[in-house]
Amino acid sequence: MPLPTGDIVGLMVDNLEKRGSVFPLSAKKATRWADGLDIPHGGETVLYTGAMYQLLPYIIAMVKLLARVEDTFLANWVFMGRFANRFVNLSAIGARPSRAEIERYNQILRNIARLLQQAGVEFGYLYEDDLYAGALAYDMGVDGTLRTHAKRVDATLRKHGVRKVITLDPHTTNMLRSVYPTMIDGFDVEVKSYLEVLAEAGAEPLQRIDEDVVIHDSCLYARSEGVIDEPRRLLERAGYTINEPRESRNLTYCCGGPIEALFPSKSHDVAVERVKQLRGTGGSQVTTMCPMCLASLAKAADGTLPMEDISVFLTRAYTLDAPDASTEKKRSISEH
Amino acid sequence: MAASQVDMEFAEAVTTSDEFNAWACLNCGICSAVCPLAIDLMPRKLFRYAILGLKDEVLEETDTIFQCLLCKLCEENCTSNVHIVENVRFLRSYIGDEVFGLDTGRGREEHHAAAHR
Repeated sequence: MPLPTGDIVGLMVDNLEKRGSVFPLSAKKATRWADGLDIPHGGETVLYTGAMYQLLPYIIAMVKLLARVEDTFLANWVFMGRFANRFVNLSAIGARPSRAEIERYNQILRNIARLLQQAGVEFGYLYEDDLYAGALAYDMGVDGTLRTHAKRVDATLRKHGVRKVITLDPHTTNMLRSVYPTMIDGFDVEVKSYLEVLAEAGAEPLQRIDEDVVIHDSCLYARSEGVIDEPRRLLERAGYTINEPRESRNLTYCCGGPIEALFPSKSHDVAVERVKQLRGTGGSQVTTMCPMCLASLAKAADGTLPMEDISVFLTRAYTLDAPDASTEKKRSISEH
Repeated sequence: MAASQVDMEFAEAVTTSDEFNAWACLNCGICSAVCPLAIDLMPRKLFRYAILGLKDEVLEETDTIFQCLLCKLCEENCTSNVHIVENVRFLRSYIGDEVFGLDTGRGREEHHAAAHR
């Protein structure tokens, strides 16, 4: 028995309407990554996470749960979960990610903030007002709920006097830059991905990294937002040699992530095919630039092909910080 | 096998939509050839159903419509510049309203996403 599409979509929409996000996350958990970074509250230019990287560990845990239900008799009972979820935040109770997973994604956010600080870019952060942008509702075609939510995001940006937004992932970039202006009259916030901002700022590497890296373009960045050259320019300037798969740039191949919650098996098949293409380059490590791509492809590769967010590769060259959670942990252990 | 029935309400929803622009499709099949999910039905055959107002045939393919990755690889290769993703989103909205009982807002407010994307 496949998962009931209507109930899963309904559950996500209920969450967006009642709790402001398709997979609700407390403000404390969503903003923990910024602890100790001294990022000012608000400001004309803000780093806008849209909680995408923070949500990923919870989405991964939820998908694991759904994948276990798919093709079993339990799929018939998902509608009960949707009913109960209207009253109790089931998606938060049901999905319990590991601490390592949460730390991995939080570290990516810290990397990005540090990269921007190092490049001299000034920005604030909206903390508890850094709202999810609604990408999943958009994908599902639930525009009524999305429009209401987008107006909430717009009102929040106006309240804080935000004029420029630096986004971190392709989904939030696409929503704020290309979708919101079609839904909200007078939405005139300037939206740029941090990769564009870093490339424009002429960020200079502090050390050269002589390594090869296979690049996996995000569909949204490459085909909807035109973010293709910036990540390459930043990597090359740092010394990396870019290994391009045949399916690259505007002809990049999907990671399977967008349908993971509804069709886990099919999503996995697409990810496995993409990993095969990436492996076919002969490269030994892969860079992604979207949290969904990273989660999807890393799961499909199952440890056989190292994969990291592009911020990890850039941090090694452009800052003197530890770029990943495991290095951070090792360092803190050795310091004590 | 029962004859296909044209649903006038569905046909009107398709013809009056700003988002649905599959009329330009030449049925060349490139979209199906490049699709990572190898969805043979989508988009060309499905869009024919929609254009002809064959609501039952479209609804039978609900899972297929929601399986689309919206990755736009088909759109990137489309020789007729069909906004395939917007068309799929239109059908999802329609199904959301008619089958899932969701507030998709379809037709309530004008949304010209297709023109901007």
